[in-house]
Amino acid sequence: MPTHRKQQEEARDQHSVVDESEAVLRTENVKVTYGDTLALRDVSMDVPKNQVTALIGPSGCGKSTLLRCFNRLNDLIDGCKVEGKVFYRDKNLYSSKIDPVSVRRRIGMVFQKPNPFPKSIYDNITYGAKVNGFKGDMDELVEQSLQRAALWGEVKDKLKENGLSLSGGQQQRLCIARAIALKPEVVLMDEPCSSLDPVSTERVEDLIHELKEDYTIVIVTHNMHQATRVSDFTAFFNAEESDDGSRFGYLVEYDRTERVFEDPQEEATQKYVSGKFG
Amino acid sequence: MTSTKQNWRSDEFDDDDMERSYSTQRTAIDLGLTILAFILLGVALLPLGLVIAFVIIRGGSRLNFDLFTGQIPAAGLEGGGIAPAIIGTLMVVGIAAAISIPFGVLAGIYLSEFSSGKIARWIRFFTNVLSGVPSIIMGLFAYGVVVLTTNTFSAFAGGFALAILMLPIVVRTTDESLQLVPPQVRWASTGVGASNFQTVLKIVLPAALGAILTGVTLAIARAAGETAPLIFTVLFSQFWPTGIWQPIPTLSVLVYNFAAVPYENQQELAWAASLILVLLILLTSISARIAARKSIY
Ligand SMILES: Nc1ncnc2c1ncn2[C@@H]1O[C@H](COP(=O)(O)OP(=O)(O)O)[C@@H](O)[C@H]1O
Ligand SMILES: [Mg+2]
Repeated sequence: MPTHRKQQEEARDQHSVVDESEAVLRTENVKVTYGDTLALRDVSMDVPKNQVTALIGPSGCGKSTLLRCFNRLNDLIDGCKVEGKVFYRDKNLYSSKIDPVSVRRRIGMVFQKPNPFPKSIYDNITYGAKVNGFKGDMDELVEQSLQRAALWGEVKDKLKENGLSLSGGQQQRLCIARAIALKPEVVLMDEPCSSLDPVSTERVEDLIHELKEDYTIVIVTHNMHQATRVSDFTAFFNAEESDDGSRFGYLVEYDRTERVFEDPQEEATQKYVSGKFG
Repeated sequence: MTSTKQNWRSDEFDDDDMERSYSTQRTAIDLGLTILAFILLGVALLPLGLVIAFVIIRGGSRLNFDLFTGQIPAAGLEGGGIAPAIIGTLMVVGIAAAISIPFGVLAGIYLSEFSSGKIARWIRFFTNVLSGVPSIIMGLFAYGVVVLTTNTFSAFAGGFALAILMLPIVVRTTDESLQLVPPQVRWASTGVGASNFQTVLKIVLPAALGAILTGVTLAIARAAGETAPLIFTVLFSQFWPTGIWQPIPTLSVLVYNFAAVPYENQQELAWAASLILVLLILLTSISARIAARKSIY
């Protein structure tokens, strides 16, 4: 696979896209396998601080898989093995000295399908704070988090109601509030708008713009317009057949979003962003 | 491809003006089958209706205050009630619940949340085997383990037998209820920095509580009516139960003992006890339904 090699080489060169000192997350030759199946290989990229980085690419190319490497959520999947290095600041998240539980407070996550806890809206926010030993004022935390997630006005009179009683868009903003209540440094979002209507999607996108000031955001999206609207950097992944016929994903191109969309260096990227496949 | 396109005509179907008609063959078959299904449903429900009606007619005549307060009369005596047997049944079932629920729920939690594939498969298999073992064998086991070692028939021995009967049901419903909680919710909990143990205790278990409660209540209802395992563990007595290490009266054994004796008073009480037993089981089943309505997933 000579073309593939070449692309890898170039992907590695693109390290320089992000100023090293500004990187919050950094991967080095990350390779992920589920059981015997290779899912993702040779991913090396830097995620810059207080910027929005979008991961795009066709289904099954390992975007979610990579995202889960950043907060070690892959630990929960039987048979999933991560090789290579994932650095958060100067710490290798996969070194044996790291406690995955404390990683996840600093690196929060919002999932594809809204998944509030089957608890009251209030408890949805305070649960994470409690398990992490938060000692401050809970009421204040709830109000601030919901306000930041642009949900406070809609729910302030029904904080005791079950989080599952909210609409899909509200549930997703509750999940964002839940994530930022822990004052994380990074928020990972896996297609956060894919199950939302256009109005809710717009609200969540506005929210991402606002959150950028305080948080580093990595967002997976299959919607290229969304990537151009919300992100500063874009990583394009593609999937390729391996020798035994199974598909695995790899990083094709990583650059500032304008460059990826307006002046892509790779043909595959060019085709994808112009909607010719995927 | 072109050939399929050419064959793609709708005139191969019955021509239909879309108006309702009662003469076509299709409508006739439809109607016939619907009527047949109704009749079969009636046949299936008949035994249930008959049992309840029979028990109400035969047992209803003694349904009065005395039934719930009076002592169990000796052979040939008039009057009396079944109060000691009601208390006895509650005691035995209480003991069974106290033993089986903690063990069963913990085992279910282990199976669903902490075990790995292979061990879990075997435990589930043996749990199913256990739930298929006839209840009289549970009685025999309790007889060997409890009665023979303590040298007395006792309420505890009966509770132990019923506990083994309930155990597989409790384990299975707990296991199944927990698995109904979607993995995404567990991920969310792990995602905010909760440990595995915290996730199970504070998110998964509360979410499944309604369903677990339903299963446990149904297990209790099932155990309450069992007779076979009690006959040679609790035995019977006509007196008020005063402890768990002695033979005591229970509703089901009272029915068994009194239904076929030649004394009319005792026969009537047997029917009345049947009625109470049916009502008790009905009541638990209804509360199980109510608990089920509270379940989240
Ligand atoms: N839990 C899992 N178990 C096994 N294989 C998985 C699992 N999750 C993802 N995969 C595999 O990994 C590959 C990448 O999946 P994913 O990361 O979900 O892609 P994307 O998010 O880009 O659509 C796919 O081939 C998928 O089948
Ligand atoms: Mg995905």
